[in-house]
Amino acid sequence: MRNSAKVSSRDAILGRIRQSLGREAGQYDAPKDVLDRLSAPKSNAVVPARAQISHDQQVALFEQMAIDVNATVVHTAGFEDIPREVARFLAEHNLPARVKTSPDVNISGLPWSETALEVTAGVAGPEDAVSVTSSFGGVAETGSLMLRSGAQTPYTLNMLPDTHIAVVKASEIVGTYEEIWARLRTEDGQGNMPRTFLWVTGPSRTGDIEQTIQLGAHGPRRLHIVIVDDQAS
Amino acid sequence: MNVSTSPKFKENVHGALRDESLQRALGRLKTGFRDKRLAAINNLPEFEALRDQACDIKNHTLENLDHYLLKFEENVKANGGHVHWCADAAEARETVLRICRDKDAKSVLKGKSMISEEIGLNDFLEKEDLKVVETDLGEYIIQLRHEPPSHIIAPAIHVHKEQVADSFRETHKGRDPNRSLAEPRELLDEAREVMREHFFAADIGITGANFLIAETGTSVIVTNEGNGDLTQTLSRVHIAIASLEKVVPTLEDASSILRVLARSATGQEMSSYTTFSTGPRREDDLDGPQEYHVILLDNGRSNMLGTEFQDMLRCIRCAACMNHCPVYGAVGGHAYGWVYPGPMGSVLTPSLIGVDEAGHLPNASTFCGKCEEVCPMRIPLPKMMRHWREREFEKHLSPASMRFGIKAWAFLASRPRLYRTATGLAAKVMNKMAGGRGRLAKLPLAGGWTQIRDLPAPQGQNGKTFKELWAEKQAQKARGSK
Ligand code: SF4
Repeated sequence: MRNSAKVSSRDAILGRIRQSLGREAGQYDAPKDVLDRLSAPKSNAVVPARAQISHDQQVALFEQMAIDVNATVVHTAGFEDIPREVARFLAEHNLPARVKTSPDVNISGLPWSETALEVTAGVAGPEDAVSVTSSFGGVAETGSLMLRSGAQTPYTLNMLPDTHIAVVKASEIVGTYEEIWARLRTEDGQGNMPRTFLWVTGPSRTGDIEQTIQLGAHGPRRLHIVIVDDQAS
Repeated sequence: MNVSTSPKFKENVHGALRDESLQRALGRLKTGFRDKRLAAINNLPEFEALRDQACDIKNHTLENLDHYLLKFEENVKANGGHVHWCADAAEARETVLRICRDKDAKSVLKGKSMISEEIGLNDFLEKEDLKVVETDLGEYIIQLRHEPPSHIIAPAIHVHKEQVADSFRETHKGRDPNRSLAEPRELLDEAREVMREHFFAADIGITGANFLIAETGTSVIVTNEGNGDLTQTLSRVHIAIASLEKVVPTLEDASSILRVLARSATGQEMSSYTTFSTGPRREDDLDGPQEYHVILLDNGRSNMLGTEFQDMLRCIRCAACMNHCPVYGAVGGHAYGWVYPGPMGSVLTPSLIGVDEAGHLPNASTFCGKCEEVCPMRIPLPKMMRHWREREFEKHLSPASMRFGIKAWAFLASRPRLYRTATGLAAKVMNKMAGGRGRLAKLPLAGGWTQIRDLPAPQGQNGKTFKELWAEKQAQKARGSK
């Protein structure tokens, strides 16, 4: 009974929509502009001019926008400097010297033994207070990190630990969201998405108690962004 | 608010709405939302052009709604997810229950979803012996207080921190009874701790969706807390509940509309988390839900297409209209008596539950035009409220005093009937939507009514008093329940 009920609701809803939109009986194929829009997605005409700047300026804008939403940002010259930076940041904030990194070899394979940090890789559990992850990229217009889920980048690392340290390559910071989608399509094929693609703009926050903004609602209280200046001469 | 034009109204409101915390909360709308919105849009020279563009995208989508929904369905399936088309609230509730039963679920975690409120999901699932926990802090607070939301993005806006502390002490057993819960930070930390336990124990995670993307079969949630993310990632099954009009064609289209959403809502450049979810976890993924379901709810929307109310389907639930509405600002959300308050509620509620039930809501307006001015989707809210008033007039539902030309302020100043009518709504709705609407009609209405009863009784009033109506509806409800 349920299956037939489902089918009929689908048909009934589609039928009402078609009737409301004045479709002729049997003329249910999508028109060309719809098909084109879906098969070759394009940026819409209006995008903020603030991000239409040189790449160096985009990196600077990304940093400023991220700081404006309570993230902290540092630059390192290369990936090999990251463990030291993580150790420094954790010590400075009196945080536990234990981190969980994404399995991504770009992060997990760094010279962590040069620090006194206890480091494991994998998904985040309730006991993990600090995570270090890689990023797909960054978007300058709002200082947003772009993070994708995958075998190398489990999603819980972005959300469960109190402190999230995210590494982003300067070369992968772009002006707008549209540039990120274009790259994702090139890498994964059009129409394909990871299970989760996440834009992170600052740490978790809430205004639900008397409209007082507080950081660290259910996600991370601290978001620390390490920009690797991989293009610096 | 133009105080000078209706000093009497103001006095009445102060007398009637003696709820201090509500008035304090409403007073904070300016610095909390309005000033921040203004700063954000002043910071983006293209904002007006982005509004036009967002509008065009939605109009195009609505004109092709069948095509985009079918494409969305196709792509959800291609990614291993399931789509359930549901004609009305009852079917949506049953569908969610069926998924829970199939998975032998005991507990359900909820991200914030107005559609879930619209279909009365929590009460329904609880009656079916499922443990339901709201994870958004504001939703959690009102869940503990057994109240409906009073604002679409700040559901507990009417609650003050001492009340939150009381609810926490009552609910969170086994903690030091002498612990301090005086500060918002302490409250948040406790909620965070409690919620962590729920996150790791959940079977089913239900979220809403701000967008559905046809191109990829993706649902999108926009949050600040991160609760929705944990809800949908740590649960075995992710169910996204969305109404039909949430669909947009492409990732670019969603991004374009996102540029006006947070700025209009909270004045943020972008919310903390914008999460694009597609299908269940992939084979080599280390986390994520094993199943992904989308509930596609109609519940009256398909009938709005092609009518003068089609434009309402552009709404992205940003709440700018209520944040700027002098009526909402005076009475808060519960007075509207159903799920959607403020100007968008005054237009949408009659569309969804019928003009007979909600025909008086469109009068809850000063026709100052502020809502349309700030609506990022340029929805002509005052015009649509007028449409409803015309329909109501045609149906002779409206007494002469409610016809055109009446200044709503003056009307409200002398006649509290409108509020009475509005608050009476939920009881009717409850009756209409049998099975699990009880929560909506509980405390806040009684509270609202206590306040309203202090107003001078309207002349020639032939309606029933709240107490009569209440008793009658409770009796009906008792008869109607299994
Ligand atoms: S009607 Fe406009 S302003 Fe109001 S919630 Fe909807 S989109 Fe926002």
